[in-house]
Amino acid sequence: MAQRIDVTDLNVYYGSFKAVEDVSMSVEPKSVTAFIGPSGCGKSTFLRTLNRMHEVIPGGRVEGKVELNGRDLYARTVDPVAVRRVVGMVFQRPNPFPTMTVFDNVAAGLRLNGVRNKKALSETVEQSLRGANLWDEVKDRLDKPGAGLSGGQQQRLCIARAIAVEPQVLLMDEPCSALDPISTLAIEDLINDLKSDYTIVIVTHNMQQAARISDRTAFFNLAATGKPGRLIEMNDTTKIFSNPTEKATEDYVSGRFG
Amino acid sequence: MTSIAAAGATPLIGPSIERPSRAREIRNAIPTDLIWTSFFAAVVPLVWILYTVITKGLSLLLSSTWWLESQRGITVRHVGGGAYHAIVGTLLQATVTALISVPIAIFTAVYLVEYGRGRLARAVSFMVDILTGIPSIVAALFIYALWVTTLGLDRAGFSVSLALVLLMLPVVVRSTEEMLRLVPNELREASYALGVPKWKTISRVVIPTAFSGIVTGVLLGLARVIGETAPLLILGPYTKEINFNLFSGNMAALPTMINWDRTQSLQPAVDRTWAAALTLILLVLLLNIAGRVIARFSRV
Repeated sequence: MAQRIDVTDLNVYYGSFKAVEDVSMSVEPKSVTAFIGPSGCGKSTFLRTLNRMHEVIPGGRVEGKVELNGRDLYARTVDPVAVRRVVGMVFQRPNPFPTMTVFDNVAAGLRLNGVRNKKALSETVEQSLRGANLWDEVKDRLDKPGAGLSGGQQQRLCIARAIAVEPQVLLMDEPCSALDPISTLAIEDLINDLKSDYTIVIVTHNMQQAARISDRTAFFNLAATGKPGRLIEMNDTTKIFSNPTEKATEDYVSGRFG
Repeated sequence: MTSIAAAGATPLIGPSIERPSRAREIRNAIPTDLIWTSFFAAVVPLVWILYTVITKGLSLLLSSTWWLESQRGITVRHVGGGAYHAIVGTLLQATVTALISVPIAIFTAVYLVEYGRGRLARAVSFMVDILTGIPSIVAALFIYALWVTTLGLDRAGFSVSLALVLLMLPVVVRSTEEMLRLVPNELREASYALGVPKWKTISRVVIPTAFSGIVTGVLLGLARVIGETAPLLILGPYTKEINFNLFSGNMAALPTMINWDRTQSLQPAVDRTWAAALTLILLVLLLNIAGRVIARFSRV
């Protein structure tokens, strides 16, 4: 189910302003890749190009290739909406749909894509909630509003919602930054479980988190303020944190800046 | 340690902790009194109107004939009959007005918030602003020119509704727009990230989230136009009989009933005038309350 991503010479623009420059990388299937770097260096912008969410912003555009298992996501024949069904995303702040119950929230992706069979929906909702480690906590309150859960539970709900549509890749944009340490631990354990089924890319500000959960890490940085962000180095996590090649990486990882 | 008040200079703010001086207290009381005076100046006329209408009109409203019978056969001397024909007429016209203006207004608001970016959106927004300021008689004259002069049709209840649509549209567009803008963008993004197309995101996520606010806006807009009299004077001549047909024949409405009975000077007619006025106020009040109740109980 999980697939590999190959990015070639990607440039990301907001209108005429180049935000990210010349990124080329590969993400292995069934692995966790972390994007780290200082604020404003383009990690989230780049992440959003992987599921074509960047173009939702007026003026957002991309030059270059992003291939999912060999298929270019930005080809003219490709439907951006369909790409987002295959590459899912979890955001920084939990955003369950406020007018829907827990069940409806998890089923939302399926229902809005035309699935009507009640049995199929129930089974998928249960599976997704189990997969997100939330089933035991909400199985008695599936018909209560989704917004009535705690922050950590809401974020796991959003993860369940994202995996219910069975994507190939799961993108996570700082999923734990709005959560307390206990919820963060729960989500990190969850990511560890999920990686056996999905390709996961996670943007994080927290270097220790990147060191804990990722297999490979990519370090992004800005040349100077006002310049576009670049991919400085990408390697196995253990190597990046113990023996990085680039000086900028070493400075960032040891806390000399950022 | 240096201090700002060094070398015996007077401090800018005194260290005293005593109560304010008499002069200060007087200076404080004057604006307070002015505000209270303005408040009363605003509230007194309102209370006075309500008191007048209630004392003069309540007695007729308490009998069931008021609510169930029309004015057929009742002349200016008779006591009796009711306002059923006028109430039904007002409600019918209001319903048709809502049925036409609400879909147009909601689609316009959706366009302005979710889609419009360029010159067309700015032009539409400008047009809505202009519509907000149109006097009701101008809207009525426009519909008259369209319905009677151009299309050659007879004046009817439906033409009144059309004029009311022009007056209700900008109100509902603006309030719906505000409610849609209040929906946080992260909800739209969450929906897009699930692979849901934009139109479905709007209809199944954005609008349901803004729904209670939209309903409130519609009810408040309706309450506004129900009392508009100019369209009725131009397009909806009064009748004493019940008429359910929006397309032929005269249809009574509460404002025109008030107007009619006002022109007769004998007491039974005068009582009916006030009673009809109270009925209209009650109707507007009910719509306002319904709007706020819906807003309160739909808050998720």
